[in-house]
Amino acid sequence: MSELGLEDRERFEQLVLPHVDAAFNLARWLLRGRTDSEDVAQEALLRACRFFGGFHGGDVRAWLLQIVRNTCYTWLEKNRPLELSMEFDEELHLQTCATPETLAIAGDDRKRLTLALERLPPRFREVLVLRELEGCSYKEIAAITSIPIGTVMSSLSRARRQLYSALTNSSQGACP
Amino acid sequence: MRCDFSDSLLQGYFDGELSGPRAAEFERHLRRCVQCATGLVDLDLLRDSLQLAQLYEPATASLRRKIKINVSLHAIAPTTAASRPRLWHWLAAAAVLLFVVIVLGRVGQMFNSDDYQAELAGEIVDAHLRSLQLGPMTGIASNAEGDVKGWLDGRAGFAVPVRDFTNKGFALKGGRVDVIEGRAVAVLVYERNGRPINVFIWRTREQDSPPRTGSRQSFQWVDWRRGKMEFCAVSDADPIDLEQLHQLMNSSG
Repeated sequence: MSELGLEDRERFEQLVLPHVDAAFNLARWLLRGRTDSEDVAQEALLRACRFFGGFHGGDVRAWLLQIVRNTCYTWLEKNRPLELSMEFDEELHLQTCATPETLAIAGDDRKRLTLALERLPPRFREVLVLRELEGCSYKEIAAITSIPIGTVMSSLSRARRQLYSALTNSSQGACP
Repeated sequence: MRCDFSDSLLQGYFDGELSGPRAAEFERHLRRCVQCATGLVDLDLLRDSLQLAQLYEPATASLRRKIKINVSLHAIAPTTAASRPRLWHWLAAAAVLLFVVIVLGRVGQMFNSDDYQAELAGEIVDAHLRSLQLGPMTGIASNAEGDVKGWLDGRAGFAVPVRDFTNKGFALKGGRVDVIEGRAVAVLVYERNGRPINVFIWRTREQDSPPRTGSRQSFQWVDWRRGKMEFCAVSDADPIDLEQLHQLMNSSG
């Protein structure tokens, strides 16, 4: 563990602190709650501080989000181990019979979307959050999550399908 | 009926991640494939819904401040006893802590509003962090009671009780002054098992009071009043250490 000197600290503040929103947003969606996320985001930033000596340029947001993600998973393993083994039951959720209109209606409902997103398994949720909320490229997502680009693409595809069907199901109840 | 193109390609096209030739190939396919065309519309709708719902949750101002303080403390806190004590770094950290504790603790009582309290504390901490970057802080690094007292008294504007408790495990490291809410505050720096403890002292008209304790951001503080002075000891050390230091300081003349 190395300490930051004043110069490093200024550099850290200039480069890393602008991405605190991204750090918190990812933690919030991975942990599904604000309070725990604030603690974990703080811890992640401290880790980033500690590891800053090892950051040799490049995509600082991806570097930080990788640390945030790892910190979140460590926290989940410790505090909610069951959540990580959560798998999505596609059989159950893919019986969609919605029209685009019902999805649009569902989309107005922030609560419903939040719930649907939070119900996705963490591995799917994170790619969706990184892509749709954070606007990350596949390459960045691969770097942050340490999974190959091909897997990023297929995870994203499945995540979107699941979210779509979860939304359409919840918005209209039983199929006619 | 299943489309030959993999779903991943549809996603890639939708996200603008396909290379030129592959995108062109997919577009040719799209003219003939209803399934993919519909899929594209669905993806668009999903994205619109996500955007409209404004699900992005930015950090609150208070989290931002906490992180800033943490970074500042991390940057300036020493790790090993072997490294030369970077006293002014500790003192800088001490000053930040002082702001947090004093402002949240005392000003908060006056206004009794969490938001206002947090805002004010944040502003002061921000201002202070900025001032830290301007240059080294002034103070005195010494374990000689007389030297530290001589330096502090004139600057703080009152007789500061300075005692070295090295034989009790609290080594005096030095002192500095700060200005809080328009008045001079003396800061004594002790070291306990390699960790800094900062004791802030200012004049008060209030009666003596027993110690009150609290913690903030994993820092402990003990505050007490004695002889028209208020003391506030802050550290990330064991709370028992702070209590012990409080007793030592209270029992000394």
